[in-house]
Amino acid sequence: MEAAATTIRLQGRRRHGELAVRLLLGLAALVSLLTTVGIVYALLEETVVFFGEVGAHDYLFGTKWTPLFEPASFGVLPLVAGTLATSAIAMLVAVPLGLGAAIYLSEYARPRVRKTVKPILELLAGIPTIVFGYFALTFFTPEILRAFFNLDVGIFNALAAGIIIGFLTIPIVASISEDAMRSVPQSLREGAFGLGASKLQVTMRVVFPAALSGIVASVVLAMSRAVGETMVVVIAGGLQPQWGADVGKSMETLTAFIASTAKGDVPTGSIEYKTLFAVGTTLFVITFVLNMFSIRFVRKYRQVYE
Amino acid sequence: MSAHGETVGRPSSARRAKDLAFRLALLACLAVAIGLLGILLVDAVLDGAGALDWDFINSFTSITADKAGIQAALWGTIWLMGVCALFIIPVGVATAIYLEEYADETRWWNRVIELNIQNLAAVPSIVYGILGLAFLVRGPLNLGQVVLAGGLTLGLLVLPMVIIAGREALRAVPSSIREGSMALGATQWQTIWRQVLPAAVPGIATGVILALSRAIGETAPLIVIGAATVIFANPTGLGSDFTAMPIQIFDWISRASNDINDYRPLAAAGILVLILLLLAMNGVAIWLRNRYEQKW
Repeated sequence: MEAAATTIRLQGRRRHGELAVRLLLGLAALVSLLTTVGIVYALLEETVVFFGEVGAHDYLFGTKWTPLFEPASFGVLPLVAGTLATSAIAMLVAVPLGLGAAIYLSEYARPRVRKTVKPILELLAGIPTIVFGYFALTFFTPEILRAFFNLDVGIFNALAAGIIIGFLTIPIVASISEDAMRSVPQSLREGAFGLGASKLQVTMRVVFPAALSGIVASVVLAMSRAVGETMVVVIAGGLQPQWGADVGKSMETLTAFIASTAKGDVPTGSIEYKTLFAVGTTLFVITFVLNMFSIRFVRKYRQVYE
Repeated sequence: MSAHGETVGRPSSARRAKDLAFRLALLACLAVAIGLLGILLVDAVLDGAGALDWDFINSFTSITADKAGIQAALWGTIWLMGVCALFIIPVGVATAIYLEEYADETRWWNRVIELNIQNLAAVPSIVYGILGLAFLVRGPLNLGQVVLAGGLTLGLLVLPMVIIAGREALRAVPSSIREGSMALGATQWQTIWRQVLPAAVPGIATGVILALSRAIGETAPLIVIGAATVIFANPTGLGSDFTAMPIQIFDWISRASNDINDYRPLAAAGILVLILLLLAMNGVAIWLRNRYEQKW
């Protein structure tokens, strides 16, 4: 009876300091929520005005992008084509190389090798993209594409930009896929070995399918990263919009347009300013959809094995 | 007998050859990725080492390539990183504590916050530039193209990294420590402040350094908010105009070279300074991780 009364008294006591701390921490957590709200609000506010002046149909389905010259034309498809081309090339590079590296690190490499190689891949992920842009423009296009492979490509071309973006997204594919494959329980591998499967069979027919949702997540996330990559395409991909698929020439992307147009001196309220936000919205929507897919797939594999 | 040995005892040679080929292909993937990193670094050193000297660090930019240096950009970057750190450490750590120690995951708003952070981590950096332009540089805050606006834009960009790293560090502290502290009569906040947080500091510090090393190389958001490219003074406060190393490097890359002025060595030398700073930061992060990593 005595003890029960004490418990009740303790529970009933309000600690204002504790409550204040909790509130403060909750406010900090709101900052990230407000960031998203801010992004969406900033983008939509000007985009709505933009669509008041330029028809949504002309924007979404137009194939001529000359917003800054007369006669102005606001068909976004050439920019989308540029983004798709560089991202697709990037995935052709990053998916096989990244998955190969992930399979090796997860299934074949000794612990010591893994411990040395992983920081190197992290370093690759940590190098600023402007460095990759410089490399693509001054080395990869002239020395590798032109001199070594003897390709007839422009100084600015979507091919070099795409390949280099591919390299910088390899660590994303490799690290998430490796994580997914390593979380496949050892008992599955042992079961397959016990049935007489070779290492190759165990890897490709047991581990790989079991980790598939994580692998898909890594590829989708890398795709989102490639779509949003800016500096490599601005420096090496060129700023000529192209409605076509000649990757040996310049192809302007959504990000390249934003970076080359917004240099801080665009007057607020001008059509250039609004165009920036419309293109920004397009970019945000594409990457948002990709991110949501990726987050879903990551959750799936975490739920299955952890 | 021999057929029996072939099928059960050891794999056929064709199967072994296939296994070996696969293994070599995997190794080749890894080698190509790391090889490109090597070529990239060597290329930057070959292009830039000649221009990299004390004058380069200590001079402002110039119309004559010979005399140009990176001083204003270097100090601009240091200021940006300072603002960024002062923003992300309190906000990031507080958010991580809230989500890890207080938030009830069955509540929908906490799940929204969590999903939101995962998405923010993958929003293209240039979109943060648009956010900074619309809200910090112009719009409601109207700060102008100054250090404070640049540092906060970069801070918002890397905040998710700090939160995610902070949560992992807090999660690694065993619950027995919390329970022990609570059992001795400490309140929840006393437990967090005196027991949990100190134990998580190395992990949090590593996360903060990695976040700053991401921020230091970001170019696109600073271009969008309108960082200056040609500036002949170091920042003197939060309200100063500024340039930053990646912006200065981008400016040199974009300038057409001619017989009199070759900007390529300057760009490469700037890249070397940036990479050296990054390596130093990563080194500190790895050292912190190894030195203070606790196995519970």
